[in-house]
Amino acid sequence: MNATHPPLNTLSRRRFLTATGMIGAGAVLSACGGGSNAPGAQPESGGGGASGYDGPDVELAFWNGFTGGDGPVMQKLVDTFNAEHPNITVKMTVMEWADYYAKIPSAVSSGNGPDVGIMHLDSVPTNAARNVIVPLDDVADALGLQKSDFAEIVWDAGVYEGQRFGIPLDVHPLGFFYNKTVMESAGLDPENPPMDHDSYMAALEQLKSAGIEGHWMSPHPFTGGQTLQSLIWQFGGQLFSDDGTEATWHEEPGVKALTWMVDAIKTGYSPTDVGQDADAIALQNGKTAFNWNGIWHINTLKEVPNLDWGVAPLPNIGGEQAAWAGSHNFVLPKQRTPDENRLTAARVFINWVSQQSLAWAEGGQVPARNSVRESAEFEALPEQSTLAEQVDYLRFPPPIPGIDDAFADFDQALNEAVLLTKEPAQALSDAAERANKKLEENRKKYGE
Amino acid sequence: MASSPPRIRRYAPWTPYAFMAPFLLIFLTFVGFPAVMGLWISLHDWDYMLEAKPFVGFDNYLVLFDSSSAAFEMFWNGMRATGIFTVASVPFLVAIPLALAVLLNRRFKGRTFFRAVFFMPYVLGVAVVGLLFRFILDPNIGIVNGLTGWSIPWITAQPWAWISLVAMTVWWTLGFNTVIYIAGLQDIPTELYDAAKVDGASAWQQFRHVTLPGMRMVMIFVVTITVLASANMFGQADLVTNGGPGDSTRTALMVFLDEGLGAFRMGSAAAMSYLLAVVLGLVSIINVLAMRERRRPKWRS
Repeated sequence: MNATHPPLNTLSRRRFLTATGMIGAGAVLSACGGGSNAPGAQPESGGGGASGYDGPDVELAFWNGFTGGDGPVMQKLVDTFNAEHPNITVKMTVMEWADYYAKIPSAVSSGNGPDVGIMHLDSVPTNAARNVIVPLDDVADALGLQKSDFAEIVWDAGVYEGQRFGIPLDVHPLGFFYNKTVMESAGLDPENPPMDHDSYMAALEQLKSAGIEGHWMSPHPFTGGQTLQSLIWQFGGQLFSDDGTEATWHEEPGVKALTWMVDAIKTGYSPTDVGQDADAIALQNGKTAFNWNGIWHINTLKEVPNLDWGVAPLPNIGGEQAAWAGSHNFVLPKQRTPDENRLTAARVFINWVSQQSLAWAEGGQVPARNSVRESAEFEALPEQSTLAEQVDYLRFPPPIPGIDDAFADFDQALNEAVLLTKEPAQALSDAAERANKKLEENRKKYGE
Repeated sequence: MASSPPRIRRYAPWTPYAFMAPFLLIFLTFVGFPAVMGLWISLHDWDYMLEAKPFVGFDNYLVLFDSSSAAFEMFWNGMRATGIFTVASVPFLVAIPLALAVLLNRRFKGRTFFRAVFFMPYVLGVAVVGLLFRFILDPNIGIVNGLTGWSIPWITAQPWAWISLVAMTVWWTLGFNTVIYIAGLQDIPTELYDAAKVDGASAWQQFRHVTLPGMRMVMIFVVTITVLASANMFGQADLVTNGGPGDSTRTALMVFLDEGLGAFRMGSAAAMSYLLAVVLGLVSIINVLAMRERRRPKWRS
């Protein structure tokens, strides 16, 4: 999630050739003749992974950025998969997301791209447009996946120019974390956190009179940027116009949202100059009561001894229910020399993990599949299922390539306003002006 | 028989080139080729994943001087941040190590220990130093404000962010320049100091008229590489302030990285890098010209 993790961990798993594997190896010779695809052509193979893989032994490279508590959970899934599929060995490599997104295109262009990857929903269109990943409509078909299986917004966002490039694995929304001990010490009911504007403000006021700055406003993308995005939607606004050609975060709802954050500082509900991660640490240390943070924070808080905390969906501050979320998606990086067997095996792997998304939920995520999300087993994960209530009103940026470039400007506006160096309205409109130029350049670049 | 004896050639004509070949190969692969390639890229709208890499001539350079372009503000803010950091850090990184070197060059008990102590931070990686200072200097939960009771926004407001970045960089890297200076000091013949003492020179006069002139070449080297190192500042701002507050500590290199490998506008990023390279080249030339020996007038070579 941030720079505190080592840049590269190779989690490799040694597996011995099993008897079946030896038999599979014998099949290599007979399978050699086929599958001479021209570079660039993307064969749809193996019935999209539903019919399994019975070819020779293959080793698949699987890259992702699960450097946090989610890494070991995914590794466990990979281990189980390897044990169940003797002729497929998946080797998982974990690196920082930022490194991952810079590395994967160059790996693909040099012919060393992984067989399977994970990408955030908002990065899928960019990578599709840049030929880093290939369509996998066939996998979706083979899995029998339909719109109705998923939260609609997640499902639709994986499509770029009429083709599907991502199979949703999870959604990870922002949630409302609260320190029960601190709430109690200020005379608030820790079992009944404030969920609307008026009660939230009243709670902050009560905390203030108890000498506690109740909600630390972060000037950084984590978690301030996600908070501001959620608030803009709550106030009825949008970050971008529907066609994604213009930033609209500087319109009235955006100004209201950012002003609400800045006013919290001016009123004394938040200190000034909150550092990266300081808001989250303050909650753990009992210096603040509320923190809007990502669902991945559940596992972090569970590890803090003697911390009495709770989590709820985001309070409705602006009048409309909304919350920021990201989503991890399976993608198939482009191969310079596609190998029929590996392509099939990769699809088998995606198919299999997609059905195990309950196990993945234990890593602190909300499964993308409705059936899993609504299952009794998932309901038994109290924190995750609480945050899953938000799934119907989550939002994602419009699926256009290069949209992430604009967020640098959005984050800068947040930073300037929350650090009190610029007025919210001014900061937002300056940022929108800069972002619009980038969006225009991107339209030219990606030929829209 | 008046002609001189035939010269005996002790080596083949290609010998010097053979010795240089391994380095030349590495130089051409990792410096020469990328430099030419970068120039080529800067003339295109270049994204290596896209088929179309249209030739745009000098457009990538021209937009950097066109205030209505998307790149203009970003680029010049980055250049300004790099400039501020360089101007603020180089004097400290040149002067403090010099004073330390003079101290550590004296004979006293525990000298080796102190030399090691001052050099030690330099062996730490930027990630270690960056993360460490991010938490030491955090305005609300950091140990500095915690122990002193101050509420100074070390990394979230100006000019504190610059002060913090410069101070941590000086602490982190001064060992390197100190070592170079110590080596330089040891090269100054002791006879010169003896002669100066005989002439009745004070300690300051010895420093001013023996040490400093004797260190001229070392100084040129130190100033040049320190300017280049400061102009290449990246990790500290990336990790400690993340370019903030606003984009005030977003250095040129951070801008290039975002442009080239974040937004994949590599032509534009290459053009920006070349402009920075030209500026640094000029600065280095000025630096050498300003510091070279003045005794010998230019016209008498």
